[in-house]
Amino acid sequence: MSDVTERYPLETDEARLSVKDPHPRHDTQGDIDENERLRLAMANFAKNMNRTTAVYMEACVHCGQCAQACHYYVQTEDPRYTPIWKLEVFKQAYKREASPFGFFYRLFNLKRKVTVEQLGEWQELIYDSCTMCGRCSLVCPMGIDIATLVGQARQGMFHAGLVPDELHATAERAKEEGSPLGATASVFEDRAEWMADEHDTDVHIDQEQADILVAMSSIEIMKYPNSIGATAKILNALGESWTFRTEGYEATNFGMMAGNTAWQKSATMKLINAAINCGARLVVLPECGHAYGALRWQGAAMYGKPLPFEVQHISEFLADVISSGRLKVKKVDQTVTFHDPCQVARRGGATEAPRVVMDALGVDLREMAPTGDFNWCCGGGGGVITIHRADKLRYKVFELKMEQVEATGAETVLSTCSNCRQSYNDAKEHFHWDKDMESLLELVADNLAG
Amino acid sequence: MELLDYARGPGLQIAVTVFIAGLVWRLIHLYFIAKKVDLSEARCGGQVTGGIRAYFSRFLPHREFRKRTRYGTILAYTMHICLAIVVLGGAPHILFIESFSGLAWSPLPTVIIHIAAAAALAALLIAVVRRMQHPVMRMISNFDDYFSLVITMLPVITGILAVAHVGARYETLLGLHVLSFDVFLIWFPFGKLMHSFIAFGSRYTTGATFRRRGARV
Repeated sequence: MSDVTERYPLETDEARLSVKDPHPRHDTQGDIDENERLRLAMANFAKNMNRTTAVYMEACVHCGQCAQACHYYVQTEDPRYTPIWKLEVFKQAYKREASPFGFFYRLFNLKRKVTVEQLGEWQELIYDSCTMCGRCSLVCPMGIDIATLVGQARQGMFHAGLVPDELHATAERAKEEGSPLGATASVFEDRAEWMADEHDTDVHIDQEQADILVAMSSIEIMKYPNSIGATAKILNALGESWTFRTEGYEATNFGMMAGNTAWQKSATMKLINAAINCGARLVVLPECGHAYGALRWQGAAMYGKPLPFEVQHISEFLADVISSGRLKVKKVDQTVTFHDPCQVARRGGATEAPRVVMDALGVDLREMAPTGDFNWCCGGGGGVITIHRADKLRYKVFELKMEQVEATGAETVLSTCSNCRQSYNDAKEHFHWDKDMESLLELVADNLAG
Repeated sequence: MELLDYARGPGLQIAVTVFIAGLVWRLIHLYFIAKKVDLSEARCGGQVTGGIRAYFSRFLPHREFRKRTRYGTILAYTMHICLAIVVLGGAPHILFIESFSGLAWSPLPTVIIHIAAAAALAALLIAVVRRMQHPVMRMISNFDDYFSLVITMLPVITGILAVAHVGARYETLLGLHVLSFDVFLIWFPFGKLMHSFIAFGSRYTTGATFRRRGARV
């Protein structure tokens, strides 16, 4: 009998054999000297350093519990995906350059200077393997909001030209064309006109005065346009004074996700100006998770003062008009489960709103485990779905969602985020899965009473 | 000067001075970093309540996380509670506290102190081994993590040896015990032992922010 070498084990379960990650790979933008790249990364990371983020930087006890809340670690058991480790180079830079005992660290070189090679290596951890879903922030015994720190690290990475190419291109296109997916104002008007015919309703565009300004996400405009018709049908049924405005119709904010504050501000200001121009008292944001965070919680910071109008996610708006009895819906005989978009629920506080709506629809809601604020992320948020090299990891993470959904036995998955919907549909095709994700907004519009 | 006299005389004075100065410097440094004002319209009031609530609620992981974090939580609680029992319940420690504060209370039975000291030492040793063994802990641990554990372990070890009269004269062992406490105090503001103070700031901040949004803290 021959000896079998253990150095080259059999890999009968692998579909394809290859050398994994032969050398670290990362994308770069711009023709910048390496030292300048490093300086820009650190300067822009430090630019938004405030007491909150400094306290977070000081507080970590390296207990590792954040790993246990992160879908990337749970699914791969790769310790590099430990959420706080994703910030290691920025923590290293903070300790050396800005912490209370920074002079000791520098004098005795106790914390080594971060190198541009390290930043390149960390690109995958800061972008490809973090959706900024904030589940780690909820488990941290020190209360560190790790997702916020990742957002700040991305600001450093962006200005150093160290963003994954696809995400950078998407954000750049949004800045230049007003939409990351080519949903320009004329494309939007075209879609809106089509949806008005399709849904046999009026779609108001560029009304001079309106109480409510409505926005859409590019994903809806280009992939799920029924959202436009559904929103119009509901607002018309309520008899609201409402409008879309072509100077501010797009709610997504890829500048924020990529880490460019100026681009983030530019996108946010379009919505703010559109609302001010038509005298809106309320801006209703579409089924999009990060769009909610961008305007509802960060909009005023971009504006420099409190917003002169109220901001609601569409699920909050629907919950309000249903609860007050203004909108009546028919009962729907369907078993459903609900996927909570992280930025609306866990990080946005609007966890109950969709449940109020589903309760009114009378659906048989079978909650996932865990659900609500603790629900697992779809894996496509934070711009991750744009990064093609991250697909394999994203699908691995999505297996958690499939297990959750299957365990409920529900016929349909509902959600209130078009990006989550896109992630589901992409993974559905990849896994040849039979579960559809549908829009809660569209379900309401299809079941208006009277 | 005997080791014991030095440790509880000038040694302790130096240690307390470094401890207070380091503590104040580290906290003041954080305080003087500009605070970001949140201009968004709050969904809920009671940010202070949210901050305080988060401070207490984060002592235990949310139910959804308990299974996966059970081992680390039990270890941390064993370490902290047993150390507290020894420090606050041991008769010599109460006499020491009374000597500078005038405050005194009844000591716990010696057998409880002995069990707690043994359990604290065991928990600290397991914590070191776990840091070296668990892939996540091994990757994220640095010098501060190991050094802080060792610095915490030294007063426990020397205390046990002094009580058991093992290894040297009682006065020498007691001197080493007090000296190790001096070293603990000196290291405290520079490393992660400061989490006992900073935890309030970080938990409070997140609690207040998320309460404002009406989100879970």
